[in-house]
Amino acid sequence: MVAQFVRLKLTLMGNTFRRSVWQTIGFLVGALYGLFVVGMLVVGMVVLGTDDPALAGSIMILVGALAVLGWWVIPLFAFGVDATLDPQRFVLFGIPQRRLLAGLAVAGVVSIPGIVTALAALGVSFAWWRTPLAVLAALVGAVLAVALCVVGSRATTTALAPLLESRRYREVVTIAAFVPLVLVGPAFAWVGSQLGEGPVDGDAVRGMVTRLAEIAAWTPFGAPWGLGAAVHDGAWGLALARLVVALVTLALAWVVWDKALARALVTPPAAGSGGRAKGLGFFSRFPATPTGAVAARTATYWLRDPRYSGSIAVVPLIPVVLLVVGGGSGSGIFLALAPFTAWILGFSISADIAYDHTAFALHVSTGVSGRADRWGRALPVLVAGSVVTLVFAVASVAVAGRWDALPALLGLTVGTLLVATGVSSATSARLLYPVPKPGDSPFKQPQGAAMATLVAQSVAMLLVLALSLPFLVPGLVAILADQPVVGWVTLVVGAVVGVVVLLLGVRWGARAYDRRAPELLQKVMSAA
Amino acid sequence: MVDPTPLPPVAPAGVPAPGPVPGTVPGPVTGPVPGTQPGPPTPPDPTAALSLRGLWKRFGEKIAVAGIDLDVPAGSFYGLVGPNGAGKTTTLSMATGLLRPDAGSAHVHGTDLWADPVAGKRQLGVLPDGVRLFDRLTGAQLVTYAGLLRGMDRDTVAERTAELLAALDLAKDATTFVVDYSAGMTKKIALATALIHAPRTLVLDEPFEAVDPVSAANIRDILAGYVASGGTVVVSSHVMDLVQRMCDHVAVVAGGHVLAAGTVDAVRGDQSLEDRFVDLVGGRQSTEGLAWLRSS
Repeated sequence: MVAQFVRLKLTLMGNTFRRSVWQTIGFLVGALYGLFVVGMLVVGMVVLGTDDPALAGSIMILVGALAVLGWWVIPLFAFGVDATLDPQRFVLFGIPQRRLLAGLAVAGVVSIPGIVTALAALGVSFAWWRTPLAVLAALVGAVLAVALCVVGSRATTTALAPLLESRRYREVVTIAAFVPLVLVGPAFAWVGSQLGEGPVDGDAVRGMVTRLAEIAAWTPFGAPWGLGAAVHDGAWGLALARLVVALVTLALAWVVWDKALARALVTPPAAGSGGRAKGLGFFSRFPATPTGAVAARTATYWLRDPRYSGSIAVVPLIPVVLLVVGGGSGSGIFLALAPFTAWILGFSISADIAYDHTAFALHVSTGVSGRADRWGRALPVLVAGSVVTLVFAVASVAVAGRWDALPALLGLTVGTLLVATGVSSATSARLLYPVPKPGDSPFKQPQGAAMATLVAQSVAMLLVLALSLPFLVPGLVAILADQPVVGWVTLVVGAVVGVVVLLLGVRWGARAYDRRAPELLQKVMSAA
Repeated sequence: MVDPTPLPPVAPAGVPAPGPVPGTVPGPVTGPVPGTQPGPPTPPDPTAALSLRGLWKRFGEKIAVAGIDLDVPAGSFYGLVGPNGAGKTTTLSMATGLLRPDAGSAHVHGTDLWADPVAGKRQLGVLPDGVRLFDRLTGAQLVTYAGLLRGMDRDTVAERTAELLAALDLAKDATTFVVDYSAGMTKKIALATALIHAPRTLVLDEPFEAVDPVSAANIRDILAGYVASGGTVVVSSHVMDLVQRMCDHVAVVAGGHVLAAGTVDAVRGDQSLEDRFVDLVGGRQSTEGLAWLRSS
């Protein structure tokens, strides 16, 4: 049974290659990247283990604990991370529960994250190569850890499945998940600056790591990773204790999964009570024209579809991130707030048709003109974007105490917003790349899409950069070299270049749309 | 751009039906009858609601539609039947402007759809199969959206939306998001988006799938009334019974070809449409296999 599940999983993975060359290339790039990271990790740990086994052990425990924790928690946010072997699909086969569980558990390792985790866990065990017994213990620990990852993630997702079934809850959680993700980078920067500023030297860091690791090794997440270290130190009692913690956790997770699955299999997913909205919303407020209708629909989606509203949720965090990265309000980096936000917002419609997915058929069958389609998608971003970015521009100038830079900053902001929107309007009628489907998590990148996405986005970004140069250069000169006159020039040039690029981009995109709307629909459908 | 050359006469191979069906070929059959392929293609019929000539589409290795000629007379209730994978959806997509044919033409009331898509699409109401809807909108918003996209004015859209939702028994779900609709309700709301602009011709791909019997009866009444008032309806379906009762014309499609086309009575002769269909398409298995499945 286990072998059958593994074979099924491998077949499913293999079949994704048949669908498109891009997916295969994307997978290969992803696999190579994963292997590279694992390789570096293993080499690094082996070198460190040779040099300083105690520190290596502590780091192994900390990083390992984070990995296990990630396996347990991330699927709750990025639901459906790996639903290829959804237990619901085996309901009708009458497979004994125990065999089903065993099969799913082993097959869970057969996935890119699973294989990467397993390789890394087994590989770093050889950090103890000078003490063969410790290698053995570490290998046992590695197997336990991987089992904990897989079984634990299944246990949490299955146990909380009833909650996750509710569409509303899922959407709220998904948007909320953006917050910690965006703040991870600044958090690291903050920790780094705390450590770097004072007279703290390597020993203090080392002490902190060791202390943290000692705690982590007693948690269910860190315990299996501490086996090798304990054996290496000859602390047999400690090794036994960690082994017991890991085994008990594994057993508990298994029981929870077993029980939750038994319940889930007899309670098929129920449609939650549907949400309701009053009246026609934006449709009664926007002009009753095709353009107005597209704009109303786009605006509704910005608020209702987590794939869009996720990016809205990020916007208020941008100033926080820039403040932390810039190391305070006085720095010049904070002045980048408004142009940066304008760039993000203008870019956000660059995959609009892919986001529509096959619902785009309505636009094709009703014969909407390219003009209406392009302007309808661009206008909500432009209106909302200009309000937000102008507020940001004034606020950042006020915070930085650089009122002299306001004209230049406004020029940069307006120019960037218009240019990015114009380029998005043009490219999104030409370059389609796979995006999360409607109803999927915004985090769920379609498999193997990385390469196509990268190409499409790089082309668009380079275009934005090239077209922004006329006001980017004077803007930077004005702000960095304190040249208020150049600032006014930036304002004028930014507005003019922005408007021209926007008009040309929309017109070009509209023409491409009129010529190729059926082909666009086919592309979206074949990506389905 | 008609490309009849690579057309092996597949149709005749399927046609030799065993039973005596003399009424089929000489009967009042409109459109090109299978077996008449050799010879110059007939020009599109400007009086027809839909006139397809030599439609051809291949996806990679697979030829989905291999030269379909079909005339849907204005004012007819036309059924398009065929086994799974026959090319029904592909044909209808090419006939409604959703999929560009590799070769061939589609005329809507005399307008060349692919030469003048805007004028062609204005006369068409389309219910495609297997596409999503903008399901983060409520039912009323979605129908309104379709109306406004067609360039209609706000008052007419509002009035018709209310009437359509009532007629399709969706009035109490008008403010529910389409994503929370059942499969049948989703079909019905999609149908409403196809009807809002009162098109001259309706092209509906599997309109009765997953729709409950009461709603299906309501939809049939709506469509029958629409045809009676001069509209044209093209439906694709697997359910022969339904097509035989509901439609006045039918075309049998298999393997990307039209095997038979004409009035329902002419195509079915003295058989039921279902039996005639199976004769035409072939592929019936004798039930001698699967002996182990018999419970006795």
